[in-house]
Amino acid sequence: MKRVYPNREYCIGCHLCELACITAHSESGDLIIAYTQEREAAGLSPCKKIFQKGSECVAISCRHCDDPSCVAACISGALHKDPETGETVYDRGKCVGCWSCLMACPYGAIRRHPVESKIVKCDLCRGREEGPACVQACPNQALKYEDRDE
Amino acid sequence: MKYVLIGNGVATIGAIEGIRKHDRQGRIVAIGSEASAPYGRPLISYLLAGKISPDQLALRPDEFYRKSDVELRLGTTVSAIDCAARTVTTSTGEKIDYDRLLVSTGGKPFTPPIRGADGPDVYNFTNLDHAQTMISLAKDIQKAVVVGGGLIGLKAAESLFDRGVEVSILELSPRILSLAFDANAARLAARRLDEVGLSVHCGVTAQHIDRDAAGRVRGVKCTDGTYIPTEIVVIAIGVVPNTDLAEAAGLRVDRGIVVDDLMRTSDENVFAAGDVAQAKDLLHDENRVVPIWTNAYSQGYCAGKNMASRATPYIGGLAMNSISFYGLPTISVGTVNPPEGEEGYDVEASLDERKQTYRKLVFHDNRLVGYVLVGDIDQAGLYTSFIKFQLNLTPEMRQSLSQGHPDVLLWPDRFFDDTWNPNWVDKD
Amino acid sequence: MPQFPNILCEVLTVLFQPINKNYHEFIIERDKDRCINCQVCVRQCSYEAHYWDDNRQKVMHDNSKCIGCHRCEALCPTAALTIRRTPSEFRPNANWRPVFLQNIYKQADTGGVLLAGMGSPVDIPVYWDRLLLDASQVTNPSIDPLREPMELRTYLGTKPDRLKLLENGQEPPSLQTEIAPQIKLDTPIMFAAMSFGAINFNLHRAMARAATELKTAYNTGEGGLHRSLFKYGKHTIVQVASGRFGVHRDYLNAGCGIEIKIGQGAKPGIGGHLPGEKINDKVSETRMIPIGSDAISPAPHHDIYSIEDLLQLIFALKEASEYRVPVSVKIAAVHNVAAIASGVVRAGADIITVDGMRGGTGAAPAMIRDNVGIPIELALAAVDQRLRDEGIRHKASVVAAGGIRCAADVVKAIALGADAVYIGTATLLAVGCTLCGRCYTGKCPWGIATNDPRLSKRQNPDVASRKLVNLVNAWSHEIQEMLGGMGLNSIESLRGNRDKLRGIGLSDTELDILGVKHAGR
Repeated sequence: MKRVYPNREYCIGCHLCELACITAHSESGDLIIAYTQEREAAGLSPCKKIFQKGSECVAISCRHCDDPSCVAACISGALHKDPETGETVYDRGKCVGCWSCLMACPYGAIRRHPVESKIVKCDLCRGREEGPACVQACPNQALKYEDRDE
Repeated sequence: MKYVLIGNGVATIGAIEGIRKHDRQGRIVAIGSEASAPYGRPLISYLLAGKISPDQLALRPDEFYRKSDVELRLGTTVSAIDCAARTVTTSTGEKIDYDRLLVSTGGKPFTPPIRGADGPDVYNFTNLDHAQTMISLAKDIQKAVVVGGGLIGLKAAESLFDRGVEVSILELSPRILSLAFDANAARLAARRLDEVGLSVHCGVTAQHIDRDAAGRVRGVKCTDGTYIPTEIVVIAIGVVPNTDLAEAAGLRVDRGIVVDDLMRTSDENVFAAGDVAQAKDLLHDENRVVPIWTNAYSQGYCAGKNMASRATPYIGGLAMNSISFYGLPTISVGTVNPPEGEEGYDVEASLDERKQTYRKLVFHDNRLVGYVLVGDIDQAGLYTSFIKFQLNLTPEMRQSLSQGHPDVLLWPDRFFDDTWNPNWVDKD
Repeated sequence: MPQFPNILCEVLTVLFQPINKNYHEFIIERDKDRCINCQVCVRQCSYEAHYWDDNRQKVMHDNSKCIGCHRCEALCPTAALTIRRTPSEFRPNANWRPVFLQNIYKQADTGGVLLAGMGSPVDIPVYWDRLLLDASQVTNPSIDPLREPMELRTYLGTKPDRLKLLENGQEPPSLQTEIAPQIKLDTPIMFAAMSFGAINFNLHRAMARAATELKTAYNTGEGGLHRSLFKYGKHTIVQVASGRFGVHRDYLNAGCGIEIKIGQGAKPGIGGHLPGEKINDKVSETRMIPIGSDAISPAPHHDIYSIEDLLQLIFALKEASEYRVPVSVKIAAVHNVAAIASGVVRAGADIITVDGMRGGTGAAPAMIRDNVGIPIELALAAVDQRLRDEGIRHKASVVAAGGIRCAADVVKAIALGADAVYIGTATLLAVGCTLCGRCYTGKCPWGIATNDPRLSKRQNPDVASRKLVNLVNAWSHEIQEMLGGMGLNSIESLRGNRDKLRGIGLSDTELDILGVKHAGR
């Protein structure tokens, strides 16, 4: 399946992927409103996390693992693997906010929603015609959306 | 190929997903003694607390079983397994044959010998029936005593309390959460429960359950001599592997059903997974029963793959718990209380009583083997990575972890690239 | 509370500023309706002109630190930023123009030589703009390059005096003359010498990959060649300069040509100085000097004080490379360039590269850059004419460098006598350079003239090489169009064909040097 692959060699730590992410997941679809209003009012937050250590940085998000630890850990059935698309799908309605997935995911790709007892996780911008917004926004092609399954 | 799965838990879900990953054709029959399809067992405390409705319990939607082509046999109890004939017999006498069998009969509540425990008004809290019983009880009672200050006990207590019941918790150890958490985390949790109004009694347990003439529970006499008036007693100490069926079938049973790295029992066509299985542990060099949700799924998943003839070794279970006490999240993973007297362990802890945050890291032989987080849990998964991938720590990695900065960029370069950017070749 | 106008907000305590800070060159305009305080600009600005103000809880900026690179503007996700020239004006003075005032203030503070980066911005005539191309009408047909073959292939190297053919009756004649080694280019555009160290590894590999894909060549510059790039050697010209950085036998044999750098158009008569901060592990390994040590290229080659000395070096290099590749000599365009070129060719150079005064540099004293040398157009015309007059034009190919801005400049250069051109500044522009001219600070916000790993990773070689390929492909198409329009079907037919050029608004002397007629004739 196609996944988002970050390349730390060329990630410049600009955080534009984060901004693209929250815009794509906002109500308004407008970066300025998403960032200045929805972020505060509704706790809109990005599915991406940027790590920086010295000159190295990388923007990570859910890997949509083949055998995801989060699905194994989920007590409510809110996370499951879509057998057709291969995506690790999150059903927000079922989530009870137990944080088991956050604990189990060894990639640090799941975060708490800042306001609600829910998690925030990459959905590969499902339904977005141009594909994941982060990949599209990366100014240095440090994020690739590709099928690298062997 | 025909697969039969015994059990009503998450291991069954894991097994179905594991089998279907490699075998779309084979027939799957899942037999559960409970009336409902596999549900999120830990959700029963959410249900009891009124946080979710019964229709939110199912682990997978109905169409999952249809799409996965699974024949669900609910409310059916298996009474015997015949390994030689490769059949199981249900309580109604029906025989079902199999090519591969999964035994995931889970655990049964552990009830210590307490005088007066036999009779009405004494309950367990491990399944949906228990939860529903207590929901209907909660309307009519004012007082409850919960025996057991572990995860199940505390969640039972908290949920009853949320239903307006005055709850006392009895815990035999000097502190609550003695297995999964350490003293500091337990203290923060206890303080939160105390602030809310739950009464926690440590170092004591029920000596005898006092009943009135009609045989109804009146109170609990504790080992320290105190007497707590109550209408019901909930015994929620924990579970022990439900191995009866396996033992009767002649499968090798130690503390649980012994399985090899492929989750196979002593019979080559029978597999076991979940709370009933004694399987490989990631951190310890022996098979253990680790009745943890995540392990149950993973073991089921792994068993499922192997039942479908894929040789996929089980990487080993890792104890992990995530639980919140009235908004105070706590997480514990791996070895959090180094065994006393054993060398090579090293603990770093940082406690902020005011902010109610706590971080404890347990190192062994230059690796992270366990941690506890209270309050600020957002980095949990990355700590887990260091345990799960058994990364050897450089001084720099060790320092970053100790300072509360687990970072994917601390991973060894090669491992990092294989994980995040596989099959990418720098051309020069 | 008094309300200060916006512009004063950042003057946090005291309004007085040293004169340098007040007479800064750029101002940053932040559209308050659009800025969301996301700090992308803060992270991008390597000069710290943008900063997060913790007291105000918002992004602020210090105009005096802005160098006008436009990186923030380019990456701002809400287009909230505009970088402008400071509107503050000195009293108009045709003689004491602002640049002189600013420089004097600066030097009065520092006591130092004024440094500059990139090519000279001063207003010296650009003859490309005064030359017009011909086109076919009626009497000679133009050619459509989309329908008919159009040859851009060029060979650099010495050509034989005459060809001897062996003819024996029935069989087709065969060539008897031994042809000297040549550099084969599919298009007459090469990436100019920019050393590894001055620009970073990512761009070196981008040039190497692009040159390989385009089947042309790039020049290593004087900083050696990292071994991992040896595999692109068929499209690599390795340079030997006065510092001899990274020169060893494998290096000399790694490329398709060797170039001796005598001078550089941007700073004739001057050596080079790569500050120690730019010498990281990879640069150190490649240049064969310790990490952190300054890399100083002397002004002259200490073993070359005459044409005879140059001849020795040329043949030493030919020996070292076993006469398998041509040797080029690069000189800056200066007053007696034609005579020098003649000597160079007579010394055995197979290629002569003439670098005009508008050529770029990573660092040069501003006085030198802006006042020394001559434009490439005049130098090229003079050199080509001189070599023709002396009957030795065929003995060496001529490469023009320093100020080629577009495909038309390439065509005009070839018509003036060049075999091929080098593009340096255009190469950097293609990958994002905005000519802010601060290459010497090592803080290039576009990740070009820097080895700071935080900045150099801004150049993803996959992206950069693609852009370089696109640029050269685009120019090559345009060259084909222009050739076709002139009724020519190969670059060979254009070389030195000054009849295809006309001057406009030029004096007789200029026309004479350029060897072209005035427009209308």
